[in-house]
Amino acid sequence: MIWNFEKYRENIALKDEYGTTVSYRELLKQAQSMKQVIGERCLIFCLCTNSIGSVSGYASLLSEGMVPVLLNAHLEQGLLDNLVNTYQPAFIWSPTEQLDKYGNYGSECCFEKYGYSLLKTNFDKQFELHDELCLLLTTSGSTGSPKFVRQSYRNVVSNAQSIVQYLKLNETEKPITTLPMNYTYGLSIINSHLMVGATLLLTDKGLMQKEFWKFFKEEGATSFGGVPYTYEMLKKLRFFNMDLPSLRYMTQAGGKLIPKLHREFAEYAAQTNKKFIVMYGQCEATARMGYLPSGKSIEKCGSMGIAIPGGRFHLTDANGNEIDEPDMTGELIYEGDNVTLGYAECGDDLKKGDERGGVLETGDMAQFDADGYYYIVGRKKRFLKIYGNRVNLDEIDRLIKAEFDGIDVASAGIDDHMYIFVTDDKLSDKVKQFVALKTGLNSGAFHIVAIGSIPKNDSGKILYKELAKYYE
Amino acid sequence: MTNYEKYLNVFTKMFSVTEEEAVQLEYQGIPDWDSVGHMELVAAIEETFDIMMDTDDIIDFNSFEKGKELLSKNYTIEF
Repeated sequence: MIWNFEKYRENIALKDEYGTTVSYRELLKQAQSMKQVIGERCLIFCLCTNSIGSVSGYASLLSEGMVPVLLNAHLEQGLLDNLVNTYQPAFIWSPTEQLDKYGNYGSECCFEKYGYSLLKTNFDKQFELHDELCLLLTTSGSTGSPKFVRQSYRNVVSNAQSIVQYLKLNETEKPITTLPMNYTYGLSIINSHLMVGATLLLTDKGLMQKEFWKFFKEEGATSFGGVPYTYEMLKKLRFFNMDLPSLRYMTQAGGKLIPKLHREFAEYAAQTNKKFIVMYGQCEATARMGYLPSGKSIEKCGSMGIAIPGGRFHLTDANGNEIDEPDMTGELIYEGDNVTLGYAECGDDLKKGDERGGVLETGDMAQFDADGYYYIVGRKKRFLKIYGNRVNLDEIDRLIKAEFDGIDVASAGIDDHMYIFVTDDKLSDKVKQFVALKTGLNSGAFHIVAIGSIPKNDSGKILYKELAKYYE
Repeated sequence: MTNYEKYLNVFTKMFSVTEEEAVQLEYQGIPDWDSVGHMELVAAIEETFDIMMDTDDIIDFNSFEKGKELLSKNYTIEF
């Protein structure tokens, strides 16, 4: 449907650091086995890690027309329970070692492979699934709200094809995992490489671990992707002095890289005959909308580039009119086959069809230059990107208020640094721990500031501008 | 402050843990010592001791004890 495993049956599809490999032929076989156990098309929660069990299960399910919901395997129990009860999946595909987490939903394990198990749940009712619905993802970096992005088969196929085209991918590629597979950017790397018969190098180890680099060098990884924070870490690791002859290219997305780092990596790539490709995307557009061709990465430093093949960007002003002059700020609008169907917020939404008609208001404010290259300059909505994850500030405020009785709170800040203003100093540490737990992000990103009162206007609206002096 | 006290201090402050907890810490042993926390930790240690750590040492540094060993072996910091 999306991939042609048969065509690449002799190729290795997946390889991990422990030496396990899975060929495309074996993927095909696993898909058939799982289909036999499952039967009809249904909703299946996939608890993701960067491992063979996780990816082979996902690929099997998708290619047999099942609808996977991709979630982080380390999702907090309370958030997971909420999602399971809201969407009532027919099965859960999970690391075998954490099967006891789902004791409430079922106990029948009906398939096991590569350390993952398929658990049949005992929900008797199933929600209707729209025929075009391919998979469901949380908007990057969820605070556990039950909101999913609905991606169609056409979305996933067209976006993977565009990526294959502009990155010129073929079966000799060996990307190494650096991003979670339940994160739209990480998943797009998996989807596009399975399309061309390439080999995915899977590891749950991170850039800061010796095992990661050992695996990288031994297997000759050809590419990786990273969010802005990844590139800060690489610089800290003295990446520019590393000898990595197998590396062909690096991609960056998940937020705007500071221009200084953009330039340093672009120059490194130019000097070492590699490519550095800055990109732009959102879960609502499947994954990718724009990219800066590597040949332009120094000349157009700070730009996120042009629309991907098959897509189109334009800007609209406050009145909704298209802006046709360069260097003017407007909201970035994207059109293309990869614009997703819409959101789901409850089980009944899974039967909904296309609500966007191929047009996405990105919520990002942008400009284009005289050559038509786009630059992100701000945001329309109140969210921050923390380590590449979108975190909605109003949602954080709501969660804190629900947890701490009588507290007044307002969150603001800049990417990778959220400032949470509270009125009760004694709660500072607890708030910090709470937010880190709920978002699953390192607590270093959250700065708690105790102030006398939250500044508000007469109608009770928070004056965020007055808070900016604490962090700008 | 002795070098050991300075080193210990970086951990207790960075990860909000007690001294008893700090000395037993390992990479990924607590949520905050992930890759992001590791980068911050290395930056703080470099600043405290006025050194620049090598790539191999940064990725080898996977526990409180190991860090101490690396610092004394490769950066002549005595504990």
